[in-house]
Amino acid sequence: MSSVPADLLYSAEHEWVSGDVEPGSVVTVGITEHAAKALGDVVFVELPSVGDKVSAGQVCGEIESSKAVSELYSPVSGTITAVNEALSDEPAAINDEPYEGGWIFKVEVSEDIELLDADAYADHIA
Amino acid sequence: MTRSPLHDEHVALGATLTQFAGWQMPVRYAGDVAEHRAVRTAAGLFDISHMGQIAVRGADAAAALDFSVVSGMARLAIGRAKYTMLCTADGGIVDDLIVYRRDWDHFIVVANAANVGTVTEELSERCEPFDVAVENITHEVSLQAIQGPKAVDIVTEMCELGGDDVRALKNYTWCTALLRGDVHAMVARTGYTGEDGFELFVTPQDAVEVWRLALTTGVPYGLMPCGLSARDTLRLEAGMPLYGQELSLSTTPYTAGLGWVVQTGAAKELVRPGLNGAVAFTDERIERGDFVGSQALAAAKETHDAWAADPASAPHDARVLVGLVGQARRAARPGYAVMVNDVEVGVVTSGAPSPTLLVPVAMALVHPTARAVGTVVQVDVRGRRESMTVSALPFYSRAS
Repeated sequence: MSSVPADLLYSAEHEWVSGDVEPGSVVTVGITEHAAKALGDVVFVELPSVGDKVSAGQVCGEIESSKAVSELYSPVSGTITAVNEALSDEPAAINDEPYEGGWIFKVEVSEDIELLDADAYADHIA
Repeated sequence: MTRSPLHDEHVALGATLTQFAGWQMPVRYAGDVAEHRAVRTAAGLFDISHMGQIAVRGADAAAALDFSVVSGMARLAIGRAKYTMLCTADGGIVDDLIVYRRDWDHFIVVANAANVGTVTEELSERCEPFDVAVENITHEVSLQAIQGPKAVDIVTEMCELGGDDVRALKNYTWCTALLRGDVHAMVARTGYTGEDGFELFVTPQDAVEVWRLALTTGVPYGLMPCGLSARDTLRLEAGMPLYGQELSLSTTPYTAGLGWVVQTGAAKELVRPGLNGAVAFTDERIERGDFVGSQALAAAKETHDAWAADPASAPHDARVLVGLVGQARRAARPGYAVMVNDVEVGVVTSGAPSPTLLVPVAMALVHPTARAVGTVVQVDVRGRRESMTVSALPFYSRAS
C-alpha cells in the first residue's frame, strides 16, 4: 500500500500540499507515492518557472517515466516561488522519496481552496 | 482475466500488475529503469506466460505451415526456430511469430497474446486441406525468459542435464534440458530484448519451481525479475516491432523493413523419414510453393523498391518504418504526428525515453521522403513540437 502522510493535503490529481493553504502563505507541492508508483521510474520532469502564475487544476509541467507521461497540475492558485532543480539530475527522487527530496515546486497561495485530507485521499485511491 | 501460473510469485515480490490482452501480468517490480539496466548489464527474468502457443502436428505439418506463413518452414531444421509472419492474401500482417521445429512433423508457433485466437483460427483454416492438427496450447505452457549477458551462465547452472547443450545453442535454436528438481524444459536461445538470452517452455505445474530456481540461481549474477514495462523499452531500443504498434493488418513486412522474412527462393527441404526413421534434407534445392499472400507480397516488394529508388514518386499515404532520436528531453509517444515543414508525414508507433541511451527514442511510420537517416522531423508532443532525427535501427546493439 502506498503511504498517505496524515499531515499533508491532497488533490484528486494526486498532488500533495504541505503548509497552510491560505492567501499569502507558501506551500510545497509534490506528487503522491501512489501516483509515482503508477507512473514507474520518473526519468524527466518539466518544471514550471519561478514567477509563473498558476491556477488550481491547471497544467504547469510534465512528469515522464519510461512507460508513461503525466501532466503536472497545480493543486492551488498563486505564484511559483521555487522549483526543485535537483530533479533535473535526480528525477528518481520522485519515486524514492516522494514526500521529501521529491518535492516539485513551491507556490505562494493567492486564494483559498478546499483540498482533500489524508483520509479522503486514501478513499480516493482505494 | 487470466492469471499466470506465477501470479502468486508476482504478488509476493510486490509487483505492480496490469491488464494485458486479457491477462493480469506484472508491469514492474523494483522499477522499470533498474530492471531495464539489469538486462543490459546482467540478466532479467520475465514471466511471458501470456504469449500464445500453438502446436502444429501431423505428417503434413511442414507443408501446411509453409503454405500458411511467409517464410519457408519445410526448410527449417529440427532444433531451429524462425521469426516469421502470418499475412493475409492482401499481404497485411495478422501477427508476427516465432516458429520452433520440434520434429519433422511437429512445430510450436509462438504468437502475441492478443492474437492467439485469430492465429489459431487462421492457421486451422489454412491447414484444413493438410494432414495436420492445429491446437492452441497456451494454457498448457508457461513461458519464462531469462535475458542478458549473464543469462547463459544462469541457465546453464539451472540445468541438471543438458547444460552443455544449452551453452552451445546458437541464436534461434533450441534443445531440451533437465532442470534441477527434475523439471523438463524446452530451452530456446530466443528473446525480445536485444540481448543474448533464453526462453524456457515448461508446464504450468512446474512454472513456480522454475521461476524460483531462476531467481535463486540468477540473483547472485545480478538478475532481477522484470515486468512488461522494461520488456517494452528493451525491445524498442533493439528496434524490434510490436504487433498493434509497428505491425498491423494495414502494414506488410516491407512497410516495417522486415521484407527478409518473406522467403521465395529455393532451398533444401527436410523430408519425412523412411522406415529406418532417418531424417534428412533433400540433395536438391526445392522451389518454394505458393503461400498465402505471396502475390500481394511480391507486389509490395516491387512498390517498396520503387519508393526506395524514388521516394518522391510514392503516393501521399505511403509509409515506411524509421527510427527517431529526440534532440531534447520530451519523448514521442504512440499516435503523435510526425511533421516536416508543417506537413504531416507520418505517425509515431512506439516511443519512450531510452534508459540505455538517455535520449528519447521512437519508431514511426513516415512517408518515404522522410526516411533518410539524418532527416530532421518535428513530432507534435502534446501541442509542442520537438525536433527528432531519423536514425538507423536498432538504436542499441549488444557488443558481440
